[in-house]
Amino acid sequence: MTQIIYDGTYEGWVTAVFEIYEYKLQDIVFAKNEVSADLLFSTNHTVITDEIKVKRVLSGLQKRLSKNGFQGLYHAFLSETNKIEEIMFRYVQYVLSSTINVEDDFSNNDVLELRKAIRLTGKESHRMEAFVRFQLTKDQLYYVIIEPDCNVLPLIENHFKSRYADQRWLIYDAKRKYGIYYDLKNVSNVAIQFNTESNSSKFLAEIGDEGEELFQDLWRNYFKSVNIESRKNTKLHLQHMPKRYWKNLTEKIPDIKGRI
Amino acid sequence: MVHERVMEKLSILADAAKYDVSCSSSQSNRKNKDNGLGNAKGYGICHSYTEDGRCVSLLKILLTNHCIFDCAYCVSRKSNDVKRAAFTVQEVVDLTIGFYRRNYIEGLFLSSGIFDNPDYTMERLVRIAKKLRLEENFNGYIHLKAIPGASDELLQQAGMYADRLSVNVEMPTEKSLKLLAPEKNHIDVIKPMEYLKNEIVGYKEEKKINYKAPLFAPAGQSTQMVIGATQENDMEILGMANYFYDQMNMRRVYYSGYVPISYDTRLPAIGTPVPMIRENRLYQADWLIRLYGFNVNEIVGFDQPNLDLDIDPKLGWALRNMNQFPVDVNTADLELIKRIPGIGFLSAKKIVAARKFKKLVPQDLQKLGIAYTRAKYFLAFATPFQLQKDLTSIQIKDHILNTQKSKYKNDFSNQLALF
Repeated sequence: MTQIIYDGTYEGWVTAVFEIYEYKLQDIVFAKNEVSADLLFSTNHTVITDEIKVKRVLSGLQKRLSKNGFQGLYHAFLSETNKIEEIMFRYVQYVLSSTINVEDDFSNNDVLELRKAIRLTGKESHRMEAFVRFQLTKDQLYYVIIEPDCNVLPLIENHFKSRYADQRWLIYDAKRKYGIYYDLKNVSNVAIQFNTESNSSKFLAEIGDEGEELFQDLWRNYFKSVNIESRKNTKLHLQHMPKRYWKNLTEKIPDIKGRI
Repeated sequence: MVHERVMEKLSILADAAKYDVSCSSSQSNRKNKDNGLGNAKGYGICHSYTEDGRCVSLLKILLTNHCIFDCAYCVSRKSNDVKRAAFTVQEVVDLTIGFYRRNYIEGLFLSSGIFDNPDYTMERLVRIAKKLRLEENFNGYIHLKAIPGASDELLQQAGMYADRLSVNVEMPTEKSLKLLAPEKNHIDVIKPMEYLKNEIVGYKEEKKINYKAPLFAPAGQSTQMVIGATQENDMEILGMANYFYDQMNMRRVYYSGYVPISYDTRLPAIGTPVPMIRENRLYQADWLIRLYGFNVNEIVGFDQPNLDLDIDPKLGWALRNMNQFPVDVNTADLELIKRIPGIGFLSAKKIVAARKFKKLVPQDLQKLGIAYTRAKYFLAFATPFQLQKDLTSIQIKDHILNTQKSKYKNDFSNQLALF
């Protein structure tokens, strides 16, 4: 068994694909950055991301996949689901060994698993387009902390850029410790240490804009008012808005008085 | 600047608006203009979900719940003893912008009680939309109510600023309307719908020739019918819906299960359960008509004017038409595969894509995520691993009912006891 150690980026993974073919490595397992202790008897192969190798693999895939299928591979990578790197590798082997486009061959397990991962990423980015709740600071920055299941910031960037073109905003992924920031012109990646206790009442008093608390209360009030008590359906509610998202959803956080 | 006093208005006027079930923000692709605020997404975004499981996509409020009409089914009727309130134009604009900038909503859904007269009310609604678009450079979604009886000029202006317009027919038949809202006529509702339909078609044609032509209600129009307040059967309701889809180019018809809010003896008493299963079945039937290529006559007819409550309308159709089955998914047309109970239109598409690579067997279908325990009675395979033939439709129905767990099972046994 060979453990492939790469830098955790998509390009790193693509380079790894090249080298697996290059060195005819067998029986592979992927690891991000560090050697996993579980695999005592394996040999290690460390991959250094290489632009030329990336280009060669990607152009080979581009020839055999549709535009969506090609994009999809990257989306599957962002899903970060269990064993996705290995599934993606088997999928790529299948794609490269076929003379026709096989991305719709759903009776093949790897094709199906890959499609599921793509769907998961898509669902999670759609959720983040919905569940972001910006808070306005005194210096007029709209910011939010999210903890999505998949690494979706690269996918939701354009949505927020084209929608909130006239306000500065920052979306910070607390799980992956980086954010995207829009300065009214461009979006850039930022890696900062962020106080994730931003929902505390202290935050609002210290750095919140003066209208911020009122708007949050208005939103909570609205959320309560539109509910129809006699149609209560908790199962459906939870299905659409699973509990793991609640701590970053204004309407699911008690107001300041209720928080003490 | 929004003030504290808006808080109470918001709870009154959001509460009064919540019985309008539409909250869709889809089917408009309005672009962000000149680096302004907002855009609309064709697929729509639900930003939150209330505890009743309904989507919250838009800030759905009434401008006011003062109303000169006394429609028995409406919570804002003149004779009802409820707290009244009214927003100013500026308050609605500020709330919309403040919510939108924080990504709480996709836009505004503004309706209103009729105060003074229809034109006066409609003029206010239009003024808000206009202010949002022109002064705030807001390109998010706007859904406006078209007030029956308002002038064509005002409706025309509304269409220039809104993404969607809707006139609610409320009662499926003229007879019910006369019973519960004697001051109203169906024709008052049909007239603005017809006007809007023609305008929407006209602007669309123009847009094809000149891409710079202005948008006019790009997300079309919708309407709503209250279900279970009056005696109509499902055939009358779906017949009316079909008329709206065919004749008025409606994008959506909504069915709103009546929530008892009045001691009026013409209506179901307070405490009567909301007819949620029936509402659910009507939506399923609506989907079959819009997305699955079913004709309304295949779903309901004079011999069976109401939808089955215990099984969905697609299964109901299949059991009445056993001669169409079994279907071989390896060779059948997409349209026929979509008609198999347990296979949705996305799965149907996947099946048609996947069968190009190899002959599909039952295990493949199971992996694809179709409801196989339901579909298996209607499928034919060259090498079946389980023979399902020779069951009557009643036997199949029993088998399926025994294996499924209805989310409404409790409500359902209650309802049966009523009959």
